[in-house]
Formats: sequence, structure tokens, C-alpha cells
Amino acid sequence: MKSVVEILKEIRPEFDFTTSDDFIGDGMLDSYDMVTLVATLDKTYGISISGVEIVPENFKNLKAIETLLGKYGVRS
Amino acid sequence: MNFTFRRKRISGILTIVPANERSFIEEMKNFNFPESRSLKLKEVMGYDKHRLVEPGVCVSDLAVFGLEHLFKNGLLHRDEIDALILVTQSPDHFMPPTSNVIQGRLGLKHDMFCMDIGQGCAGFVIGLMQAFLLLEQESIQKVVLINADVLSRKTSPKDRNSYPLVGDAASITVVERDAEDLVIHANLKMDGARNEALMIPAGGFRMPSTPATAVLEDVGDNNLRAKDHLRMDGSAVFNFVQVEVPPMIESLLAFAGVSMDAVDYFLCHQPNRFMLQKLADKMKVPYAKMPMNVVEHFGNSSGVTIPMAITFNLATRLKNGHLQVCLSGFGVGLAWSSMLMRLGKLSFCEMIDYP
Repeated sequence: MKSVVEILKEIRPEFDFTTSDDFIGDGMLDSYDMVTLVATLDKTYGISISGVEIVPENFKNLKAIETLLGKYGVRS
Repeated sequence: MNFTFRRKRISGILTIVPANERSFIEEMKNFNFPESRSLKLKEVMGYDKHRLVEPGVCVSDLAVFGLEHLFKNGLLHRDEIDALILVTQSPDHFMPPTSNVIQGRLGLKHDMFCMDIGQGCAGFVIGLMQAFLLLEQESIQKVVLINADVLSRKTSPKDRNSYPLVGDAASITVVERDAEDLVIHANLKMDGARNEALMIPAGGFRMPSTPATAVLEDVGDNNLRAKDHLRMDGSAVFNFVQVEVPPMIESLLAFAGVSMDAVDYFLCHQPNRFMLQKLADKMKVPYAKMPMNVVEHFGNSSGVTIPMAITFNLATRLKNGHLQVCLSGFGVGLAWSSMLMRLGKLSFCEMIDYP
């Protein structure tokens, strides 16, 4: 199963997501990339991330994404 | 705000779509994004084809074409229209009202009520509410509700956030009294404090169009659009829909005393497939009960998407029988509204191409 970093890399191959603490602020993910990311996470882990949780804070960095996935019982 | 209406029904729905079909794949090269990113988004959002008017085509052209079709086929008689409501955000002119323009072009009688309503994505339900209110008058037997927009003419072809999903279309819904005493429940909310989430900044009296407002700008998201163009804060709109719409529908069903399972179809405004899937997941509604295929075939045509979802997906069933439906529109304003009603035994329910 793909890791979150691998999924992020597929969406924006030009960035190293392990070195940033603010994907949105650093211009690595825009709101439409976030949509692609959520759809991929849903599909990869067999979950449905709630629409109300699709906000920039939950996709700010790897820790935030892992915390969000943890709510759905996913350990990436 | 809750509403109830009695003894009212929809007797027919016609949707008019421009024959001019464009595809996301063709248009992708206009966007300032790598193709691979655009293709991923296509998959998720359901971008594929959309119908756009040719330059110069206006809302009244689509409406007149549709009404002439109904007259010609004996589905509606011009003398029986007592009120004509047009819901649009892209009128032919600031003045006169486009509903009057349509009345004049069709040579309709003078003894009638014409009204423009400036609403968008929630405009089908809002227009129905207004039609039901007019039908409280004895002098009004039949109301024609027109939803129509040609917003592609105000959308930048270099804006990947908006252009791939915009669609032009019109719908004509005939509303009249019902012999059966059935209750229609509805609710409506509005939040003008968030009016900038969906906006065309220039072109009105606040910011008249000038050469400067026509200049394409990159506001930091790699999309190019002018102040004369539609601007959508995608994140804000998405969040608004996910937060506000499920409780609104739950509240409507509670108000009506109807369970989720008793609803045959949830016919929502069609912004994009992803947003509707998330809405269905949140409400625990099976995807089969919430059509979400309008954007991929026709684009998002604002207040027309609910009648389009009906005519595209349910035409045969609604001509032959009845369905319990929950309509829900949400968007520009911001405004969000829903309506629970029995829909069916329609005398017409079809789509036609313009021209």
C-alpha cells in the first residue's frame, strides 16, 4: 500500500514533502491538489474523509495528514 | 426558514442545452498547469464535456427557443401562461427585465406577471417557491418558471478552477395547482456576509467594466482571470456546502416528518462529482439515490442543474409515475434551500439542443 509521501509525490512530483512543515503556505499544495489528495487517500485506504474535514489545516504537513488518517483508523 | 405549500404541482420540465459541446481534454492546453495534474483533477471532479453557447447567444434566446418548442408540440399554449418567472445571473440587459423581453419576443398576452429573480445555484427551489406563492392568486392558473444562465461568457478560458465545469443551459418548468391536497415542505437559508465566495466583481454599478477590468490577472493560483470574470473561492464554497447542506436536509425531513429512506431521490445542484460524493457520504445516502452525472456531460449551469438532473436521469419514470424527491440547491449568495415534494405524472420531461 502506498504511503502518504508516495501519494503526495504522485500529485506534485516536483516537491520533497519530507522537508516542509507547511505544504499550503510553501505553495506545494493548492485547494484542487487537496481534492486530488483526498480522493486518492479515500481510494488507497478504503475510507471516506468527511467533507467538513477537507480544510487546509488538516493537510498542512505530514503530521496533520497522519492525524486525520488516524481518525479513520489508518496508520500510514 | 421553513415553508409549506399545498395543492401545487410541477406538470412538465424541459431542459435546453446548447448543441456546442467542448471537452476538457481539448481545453486543457489553455490552463497554466501540467497536463498530468489536470488529468488527475478530471478524474476526481468529473470534468469531461460541457455545453457552451456560441458568442452572442443570450438567456432569452434559449428560453424563447424552449417555449416555442413547447408551443409547437402542443405541450403548452401561449395564452395559458399567467406568470413568467426568470431566474438568472446573466440577464440580456440591466434593464428591462429579461422576463419582459421573453414575453415580448413570444407575443404573450399583456394580462400576466413577469419577474426576474437574480439567484443562481439555489434558484430552482427559490423559483418554485415564488411560483407557488403566485398560484395563491385566483387570477394565476399556470406559472412558467425559467432557469437560465450563459455564464461561460463571463468565465475566463484560462481559469482551470471555473472554466472546465461551467455550462450554459435553460430549463422551463410549468407549475400549476394540484387537485390533490398534498403538502410540499421547503426550507431556505441565506448568508450575504459570504457573498464574495462566488462573484463577478466588475460589470455592475459598483465596479463598471473598463479596459482595466478586462485584463487577465494571476492572483497567485496559476489561473488567469479578469475582474470581469466569475471568481470562485473553491475551498470556501466546498466547505460551505459540506457544513450547511446536510443539516438543512435533515431539518427539512424532520419538519416534514419523513425519513431519509422514504425519499426516492436526492436531486441536488451539480457543482462537481467530488462534492456530491462527499455530500452523499456525509448524509449516508447511496450514490444511486443522488444523481451526480450532470457536470461530466453538460457542465454546471447554475440554477438549471436540478431540472437537468431530472430530465437527464428520470424522464421516463416521471412521465409514467411518481417519485418522492428532495431537491436541494446551494451556492451564490450564499443561499441554500431544499424542498420535499411528490414529483411525477409529468406531461413532458425532456431535453433538447439549441439550436
